[in-house]
Amino acid sequence: MVTTYLDFEEPIKELVDQINQAKEISEKSDVDMKKTLTELNTKLAKTTKEIYDNLTPWERVQVSRHPERPYTLAYIEAFTGGNFIELFGDRNVKDDKAMVGGFGLMDGESVMFIGQQKGVNTKLRQYRNFGMANPEGYRKALRLMKLAEKFNKPIVTLIDTPGAYPGLEAEERGQGEAIAKNLLEMVQLKVPVICVVIGEGASGGALGIGIGDKVLMMENTWYSVISPESCSSILWRSWDFKVDAAKALKLTAEDMLKNKLIDGVIKEPLGGAHANPEEAFKLVKSEIKKHLKVLKKDSPKKRIDARIKKFAGMGVYNSK
Amino acid sequence: MAWFRRDKEGITTPTTEKKETPEGLWYKCPECNTVVTSEDFEANLWVCAECQYHEKVGPEEYFKFLFDGGKYKELDPNLYSADPLEFEDKKKYADRVKDTMEKTKLKDAIKTAHGKLDKKDIVIACMDFKFIGGSMGSVVGEKIARAIEFARKKKYPFIMISKSGGARMMEGAFSLMQMAKTSARLAQLAEAKVPYISILTNPTTGGVTASFAMLGDFNIAEPKALIGFAGPRVVKETIGKDLPEGFQTSEFVLEKGFLDFIVQRNEMKQKLALLLNMLKK
Repeated sequence: MVTTYLDFEEPIKELVDQINQAKEISEKSDVDMKKTLTELNTKLAKTTKEIYDNLTPWERVQVSRHPERPYTLAYIEAFTGGNFIELFGDRNVKDDKAMVGGFGLMDGESVMFIGQQKGVNTKLRQYRNFGMANPEGYRKALRLMKLAEKFNKPIVTLIDTPGAYPGLEAEERGQGEAIAKNLLEMVQLKVPVICVVIGEGASGGALGIGIGDKVLMMENTWYSVISPESCSSILWRSWDFKVDAAKALKLTAEDMLKNKLIDGVIKEPLGGAHANPEEAFKLVKSEIKKHLKVLKKDSPKKRIDARIKKFAGMGVYNSK
Repeated sequence: MAWFRRDKEGITTPTTEKKETPEGLWYKCPECNTVVTSEDFEANLWVCAECQYHEKVGPEEYFKFLFDGGKYKELDPNLYSADPLEFEDKKKYADRVKDTMEKTKLKDAIKTAHGKLDKKDIVIACMDFKFIGGSMGSVVGEKIARAIEFARKKKYPFIMISKSGGARMMEGAFSLMQMAKTSARLAQLAEAKVPYISILTNPTTGGVTASFAMLGDFNIAEPKALIGFAGPRVVKETIGKDLPEGFQTSEFVLEKGFLDFIVQRNEMKQKLALLLNMLKK
């Protein structure tokens, strides 16, 4: 059950409160609230749909960061029914808790799952470094990808990060090199690669596990070169223009598809993934399976050529 | 009464009699304040002879001393920025591009060229910091990608001289994907076993560091260049402490193991020629 409501979800919250009151009344007394409840539920669905059909880019950014939105490990758990063996460490420095991965059995098929992981409460958010990986996170991800390639298993990455960690030690250990290496290697992976943005897709930190045969975005996620807040701070020289920046960056799934920078948008349940995580898991899983089935038919060479062609074709410019 | 009173008149030369110092005759080093004539400065490849400060210079300067006899053929000289997002912050991106093109007489933040270095064919791409901070948008990515393709097909070694604040925000995710595009082309170049030398100059940060600049068979840098993923201000804000002396300089990055060597500008051509000669089949 959702307990946190975003500012623009106020009308939803009011209706949910009314429904809860009505339920309470009907439980405590003999008053028949059935009709009222039906009406309220219809109204709730309608209001939710209206709000969610008309989300502004900034509101989508807010939904993508909703504290109750499911994170990577929850998706993997649901996809595999718990048949998942998490693998740790980059074999060099340490295990990065902001990047998780391992083999999982999805309806009998082994898949390498990799993704940024955010924490579900204050303590875990710190433990997971808010989903901001250090270089060892990207190197761990690459190690696991190469492992998948060795055993000819497809790779699914789940992207949800506010960015690669911009810390002192991250710089010392080569954050730039770690991400760059992943781009170069992911382009050439012989196995099918599917990337899904399930929350925030911030810049190089997202792209570092984001080179795939199919790159998909869930309906209420964002993907861009910079967060709206940082963009506002740099271009407007003030933190107050995040709403304008979110709009200007064309960072929604819909815009990204229109600009041919991603391959598809995955629908979310009414009211966003957090309103009905189980449904969200199902929708994402069925999209992944659908694409995997098609991708597996092609030879590695064909997939790699298509992958290179796709990314090499991105960009808009004039010539005179 | 005033505490300080002027006894003598200060400036007595009438404005009409003032001698103008012609612009651009002198260069004053921002590091050590040494003044030299522009000719001497250029002869020393825009490096302060006193403190070895390497001034930021653009493609034309690099091409002039790297290519034999300063002769080269520019590749894809006609590409210039579109405005795919119709982006507007305090200023329209379209206007920003137009104004910058007029002001700098440049098409975008990069030039790519083919010529000879020590009598051998070579392709060099060089970024220009004057054009919106050397930021990488679609044009920069495309020109690098095409230069790599040209180098791969002709089997000419590829040299990339980076100088950039990172991805160009005004092209949003299009800019981000230039990292993927250039890396994809570099993967093909590596597959073809064509040498790639990445030269990092002041400054090389953001998405440029996190893609082609760090992917050289050889990553080399000019002295004291700022090299990093996150900019120093961001890192400082993140850790809430002052940064250690020399953080994110070429020398620091070399110590951490991400550069093959540091090269003075006046030794660059000779070192490149020697290195490429050693790679010959």
